[in-house]
Amino acid sequence: MKQTNINKRLSDTHLVFLFVLFALYCLSSQTLAGNWKDLTEDGLHDPQNPSLYLLQNPGDALSRLPADSAGNQVDWIRALNDGYIRPRSSLKENVPVRILDSDILLNKTGSIPRVRFPHKPHTQLLDCQNCHEKLFKSKAGATMISMGQILEGKYCGVCHGAVAFPLTECNRCHSVPWDTINANEMDKP
Amino acid sequence: MPMKWTSPEGKPIFATWNLLFLYLALAGIFIFVLGTSSAKSEYADIVLNKRSDQEGERPVIFPHWFHRIRFQCRVCHSELGFEMRAGANDVTMDEITKGKFCGACHNGDIAWPVENCGLCHSALPGTPAGVIGGHQTSGPGNW
Repeated sequence: MKQTNINKRLSDTHLVFLFVLFALYCLSSQTLAGNWKDLTEDGLHDPQNPSLYLLQNPGDALSRLPADSAGNQVDWIRALNDGYIRPRSSLKENVPVRILDSDILLNKTGSIPRVRFPHKPHTQLLDCQNCHEKLFKSKAGATMISMGQILEGKYCGVCHGAVAFPLTECNRCHSVPWDTINANEMDKP
Repeated sequence: MPMKWTSPEGKPIFATWNLLFLYLALAGIFIFVLGTSSAKSEYADIVLNKRSDQEGERPVIFPHWFHRIRFQCRVCHSELGFEMRAGANDVTMDEITKGKFCGACHNGDIAWPVENCGLCHSALPGTPAGVIGGHQTSGPGNW
């Protein structure tokens, strides 16, 4: 009986330690979430540059946009759809904006979840010719893509990992588990 | 109940040193992660330095975050013809003053004109050209 009491007290102490570590971890992820460096101290801009003070600091703009955990720590598509930002679609007049609302299912992913490629958020920002026909053929399944090539900066990796959300965010693309939907339910391109 | 470092029988709370080491290791990993994950520059900043250093000018920093608040990707990458690969565009001041590339907007009409050298040419001298991914990855293929 006495032995169990001691064991309990021991485990209480360990729980306290684990809790403190967990709290520190939460605190750090909170503070890192909005960790935009000022231009003078980002290690890239020259602090000796007399014009530097005229430039906007990232935190001044990005802290007001919907938060994300990766990249610029901004959910750019939500910022666009919720009206936080209204970026111009062209410089000249009468430049067509072609939006396509169709999902492509990439199912040669082995045992990990399949990839749903949503055309809509991509065409809200990019033109068709940015991806077709140079990077990807328009016919679904006609372009052989491997994760290795993407990690080298080809195909999706032209943007993702460089300027769009990084390749550490596996589930954002690999989002369709094998046991949920039938491939026929997805739109054909 | 006040927390003591020894149990009622005088034994240390950390019955085995292994557990203490485990906590120390956890704390160490935590501090390491905290130290390395502090971003340097902003994600998707592009440094242009084909000629700047040679010409005695600071390299150029193009901040994607600033521009995508104001323009959709298609404006520069389709309408203006910027290739979507850092280094693939041969951008010269000559072309810019003729209204190409950056000069399509940086003409005093849509955005401030090219006389403001230091607003673009703002990187530390010697910064290599390329995509500077500040958060989690450091550009294509670099984890």
